[in-house]
Amino acid sequence: MAAQNLQSVPAELTPEEEAAGQAHFDRIIAEDSRIEPRDWMPAAYRKTLLRQVSQHAHSEIIGMQPEANWISRAPSLKRKAILMAKVQDEAGHGLYLYSAAETLGQSRDKMMDDLIAGKARYSSIFNYPALTWADMGAIGWLVDGAAICNQVPLCRASYGPYGRAMVRICKEESFHQRQGFEILLELSNGTPEQKQMAQDAVNRWYAPALMMFGPPDDDSPNSKQSMAWNIKRFSNDELRSRFVGMMVEQVRVLGLTLPDDQICFNEDTKKWEHGPLDWHEFQEVLAGRGPCNAQRLERRREAHDDGAWVREAAAAYAAKQQAKESMTTKEYAA
Amino acid sequence: MSTAHTNPETTTGHGDISTGVAGGDSNASATRITPGNALRPEDIALEVRTGLVKPSGDIAEYALRLGDDALILAQRLGHWISRAPELEEDIALGNIALDQLGHARSFLTYAGAAMTNDDGSARSEDDLAYFRREHEFRSVQLFEQPNGDFAATIARQFVVSIYQYLLYRRLTESTDETLAAIAAKAVKEVDYHRDHSAQWVLRLAGGTEESRKRMVHGLRTMWPYVGELFRDDDLTQRLAEAGAAVAPSSLKEDFDRLAGEILSEAELEVPDVPAAPGGGRHGKHSEHLGYILAEMQVLAREHPGASW
Repeated sequence: MAAQNLQSVPAELTPEEEAAGQAHFDRIIAEDSRIEPRDWMPAAYRKTLLRQVSQHAHSEIIGMQPEANWISRAPSLKRKAILMAKVQDEAGHGLYLYSAAETLGQSRDKMMDDLIAGKARYSSIFNYPALTWADMGAIGWLVDGAAICNQVPLCRASYGPYGRAMVRICKEESFHQRQGFEILLELSNGTPEQKQMAQDAVNRWYAPALMMFGPPDDDSPNSKQSMAWNIKRFSNDELRSRFVGMMVEQVRVLGLTLPDDQICFNEDTKKWEHGPLDWHEFQEVLAGRGPCNAQRLERRREAHDDGAWVREAAAAYAAKQQAKESMTTKEYAA
Repeated sequence: MSTAHTNPETTTGHGDISTGVAGGDSNASATRITPGNALRPEDIALEVRTGLVKPSGDIAEYALRLGDDALILAQRLGHWISRAPELEEDIALGNIALDQLGHARSFLTYAGAAMTNDDGSARSEDDLAYFRREHEFRSVQLFEQPNGDFAATIARQFVVSIYQYLLYRRLTESTDETLAAIAAKAVKEVDYHRDHSAQWVLRLAGGTEESRKRMVHGLRTMWPYVGELFRDDDLTQRLAEAGAAVAPSSLKEDFDRLAGEILSEAELEVPDVPAAPGGGRHGKHSEHLGYILAEMQVLAREHPGASW
């Protein structure tokens, strides 16, 4: 895998080399420029990024499931095609992100093992069930919408491979959000039953989507350091507030409502405010006690285990082919 | 990998770009950016609505057969998305499913132009996909065979992709411009499918003992349904004589050759299994199709007349 050639887990360095590395790193951060895989970086920076990028990759992969759940039942062939393409994009996002994470020194296999073993996290949002077709709309509009708010600033993240992966991902995500919006718009202008389906889905996904930005700022211990490292650009609450402002506008066009009567624009702070969120529920879902945690992990584990013989076969075949080639080369040499 | 290549002369220029059916050299695949002039089902639908194209009853029935094949396969392959052995295969099988769905939509849209709903309107792709029952589907039974394990899916893909490649390559010469245009787009895509499945047949056959055993089993499971692909009937005979369709039997020799090349490279034998009677082209299906339709149609049927 190409990414593995970029791995740069550093060998033992002298104190002088460490100091020079740190100085270089500090200068890059101060200039708001980019750290690349072979550059020296603080161990904590590497660890933070590896955690964030791999969690992000896992979220894409687990996030395929609630939508894949509706591919077979999509109510028109056009919607089926769009949904297939969207879920396929998510697999692609997972691939770029695993590749970006590999440049930090961990293999995709190890990350996948950690995910299946329940040691790695992924976005809590994907532990909610996609119960109706309208959920395909609400996931696209709200969940991908929140993801975009989070991810656009990440295009400028100080770690080069991550920032570059995010540029492409964000382009595709904006399509995803539009298709979600379109699904809801169609339903909202459809039969009364369809409109009700759309409203129910928005009601169910609204609060979990807001919680995707993470805990409130005064309860987010890692945010400050990530901001100092130019990984994170805006605080959780700042991004959440922006997102609410966008949704308030868009929900009117949809002819639906957000299930929150406390949304308002604070003229003093110039920020959008929203009603209270159930952070206890958020913690429960993160701790593995959400509605679909067990189901999602089991499905990933099953696919991984069922595919083991295929991966082994591909590796064995590649090894045999390589052995054949080197035999041929030797014969030539002789 | 194989000796057969599309003759560029046979895959260019059917119809006029400005009217939508820009068949010909639509070098589009779901794997690449679709150029602005690629043939889309919406283009055909527009031509149907504006009365630019209307297939004969025979042509419509033929298009329905090919459309149903592709639709049922897309439905089967779509199941792999999020369940494949590797992320790369989630993407590859998803791509193939998408290509098949695209072909299905084009063929069904065209077929529907010759059929009417109760209110007199032409039947749309969705009318045909969601509001027909098992015995009204015209796909051959190979397409509805269960995915099984990855080797069984690859075995089905191996047969289907060679068959579709040969069929569409010939169909680009159809006297029916719309069929030719759909085939011109499709042949490039199924050529990739052929490459994908052939590579996996080689890998699985030459990988481990386990994978070889499964590959052999997968081929044996699918092979009873191979014969049906190449069976002629009155319809294909009439259309083939008129130059509009490809006689299925005329593809058999090339199929045997192309499949045989890969199987022999993989040191596999053509499975020696009794052929199933088939009958899908006339609405006789295996037990599997009912479940596929039940799942595919459930939501659309809960909301008849709704738009999505």
